[in-house]
Amino acid sequence: MSATTVSASHGDGHAHAGGHHTSLGLDNRKIAIWAFIGSECMLFASLISTYLIYKGRSPQGPFPHEPWTNPATGEVMKPILDIPVTSASTFVLLMSSVAMVMALNAVQTKHEPKVSTWDKIKGSSKLWLWMTAGLGTVFLGFQAYEFTSFINEGLTIRTNLFGSSFFTLTGFHGAHVTVGVLWLFTLLAIDYKRGLQPKDALLVDIAALYWHFVDVVWIVIFPLIYLIK
Amino acid sequence: MSGHSEAHAHPSVGTYGKIALILTIITVFEVSAYYIPAWESSAIYVPSMLSMSAVKFFLVVAYYMHLKYDHKLFRALFTGPFLVAGLTLIGLLFLFSKLVIRLGLLS
Repeated sequence: MSATTVSASHGDGHAHAGGHHTSLGLDNRKIAIWAFIGSECMLFASLISTYLIYKGRSPQGPFPHEPWTNPATGEVMKPILDIPVTSASTFVLLMSSVAMVMALNAVQTKHEPKVSTWDKIKGSSKLWLWMTAGLGTVFLGFQAYEFTSFINEGLTIRTNLFGSSFFTLTGFHGAHVTVGVLWLFTLLAIDYKRGLQPKDALLVDIAALYWHFVDVVWIVIFPLIYLIK
Repeated sequence: MSGHSEAHAHPSVGTYGKIALILTIITVFEVSAYYIPAWESSAIYVPSMLSMSAVKFFLVVAYYMHLKYDHKLFRALFTGPFLVAGLTLIGLLFLFSKLVIRLGLLS
């Protein structure tokens, strides 16, 4: 797979006006976000390992992949996970990452001439930031729907070990997506106020790194919780 | 400094599109596998799921987070804690008997 070189004199992690130089010539903000992402790996590894350790150890339902008997009514209930809904939300989050790289590309190439309609679409940072934030919000909507339906079916964070570990893990992830959406709205506010310029690409790059990290965490969580019984 | 020149390369929009297509195809395979009883009940199901997830993870980190093209310090800042986290996860799964190594001599 080939990769071409974009102008990329900005947003590449090298210090610019406003940033602080390290002895390597790298911007300290970009070093900080990578260090933060590294620490987040450990946070999510602890949450995922807790989920996996407790998996299959709930004495009573609801269960994720097996039918269960409602103790109150004696009714046999379906497995609680809704794979089609979560598959759709997974696709939405993946596409939000595509929109995010397009937003960064649009800011980096802001000063390049826009000849065709596609060039204009490609170069609109507002469009791509809106799309990323919108898709992130849709993902959160899916999660709110899932949580609500689980609670209606009798699964809360206190019901059993599955409920505790599931809501903790996916809740933490959802909280990270929420922070990401708010971050994207601050970038949009800057874009509307004064316009994001190539010199601001590092600001978008840092937000993009956080957003993609939230996406890769879901790439790990989705098969572990939803697809592997 | 080699890391400096690497840091100036970024994937093109076309590459981003190709990666998006590959991610979509892999996701379709993942979800399809869940609904194919012969695959879902086979011994290769879990390894295939973990492999597909790993490929998606690598593609997003390497291309969308452009770690493949970035300075090696950034790579170290991510892969170091990631490896520690992964090994801790595997260690905990062994500790709580979620993973076991079956040795013929001991069975």
